[in-house]
Amino acid sequence: MANRQIIANGRFSRIRDIQANKNKEINMLISNMEIIPGKQIQKHLGLVQGSSVRAKHVGRDIMASLKNIFGGELKGYTELLQESREEAMDRMEQQAKGVGANAILNVRFSTSSVAQGAAEIYVYGTAVILE
Amino acid sequence: MFELIIFLVLMTLGYLVGQYAEKRHYKSIIERERKLKDLHTVASRFPPPGKRHEQCLVMGNTVISVDYFKRFIASLRNLFGGRITSYETLLDRARRESLLRMKEQAQEMGAEYVFNVKYETSSISKGQKNTIGSVEVLAYGTALMRPREEL
Repeated sequence: MANRQIIANGRFSRIRDIQANKNKEINMLISNMEIIPGKQIQKHLGLVQGSSVRAKHVGRDIMASLKNIFGGELKGYTELLQESREEAMDRMEQQAKGVGANAILNVRFSTSSVAQGAAEIYVYGTAVILE
Repeated sequence: MFELIIFLVLMTLGYLVGQYAEKRHYKSIIERERKLKDLHTVASRFPPPGKRHEQCLVMGNTVISVDYFKRFIASLRNLFGGRITSYETLLDRARRESLLRMKEQAQEMGAEYVFNVKYETSSISKGQKNTIGSVEVLAYGTALMRPREEL
């Protein structure tokens, strides 16, 4: 799968590369389904979680307030939330690795705005050992 | 007097630019939806039985903001009650755009289906009197790919 991810190019290539690197390092399977087709769960290791709170620099906030007049997509914030989501997932993976899991199933995301221009991203899932 | 002029300028700018942007966005959404209609997204929690698949988590997110004119209309609506169409289209655009981004990511990986699609909505910034400034929508799911041996 890592190879296929490297071959694929385009808009998501940066994320793809990060994911491919991650796969090489720890080979963690992340899914938001409860079962994996063709694989048996050997052991449940409990809940793992990761969170990250981020804010963007002032320039982005000024752009965002301009966009509040004209409407439309706030690319800066989209990027910001994407980055912090990746970081939160990274932390969750580290935790799962720590308890000796090789997969995280039933992953859920949750977002809450802490202050103006800052958001908390929370990711959680069940760490399991697949055979 | 000066404030009134600023208000009117913002209203016209918001209306004209907002309408134009929304029309263009809907056009691109419809076009891309047509392009991606062969990739099925399913809300079912379980994958089809009996088939082996490789799988990967895919997601797409959008932060989208409402324009000045629509926010004013929405605050008027708060007096009388009823449907706030300007916020409805805002959320509709955000949802469809996020789903499309997720699908694009899945298609690049060569997925056949995306299973267990979930949406997650949150309002990022609140303006005066708690009016909604911008919303974030995240769509995520599990992309199922045919195993590599079969390709």
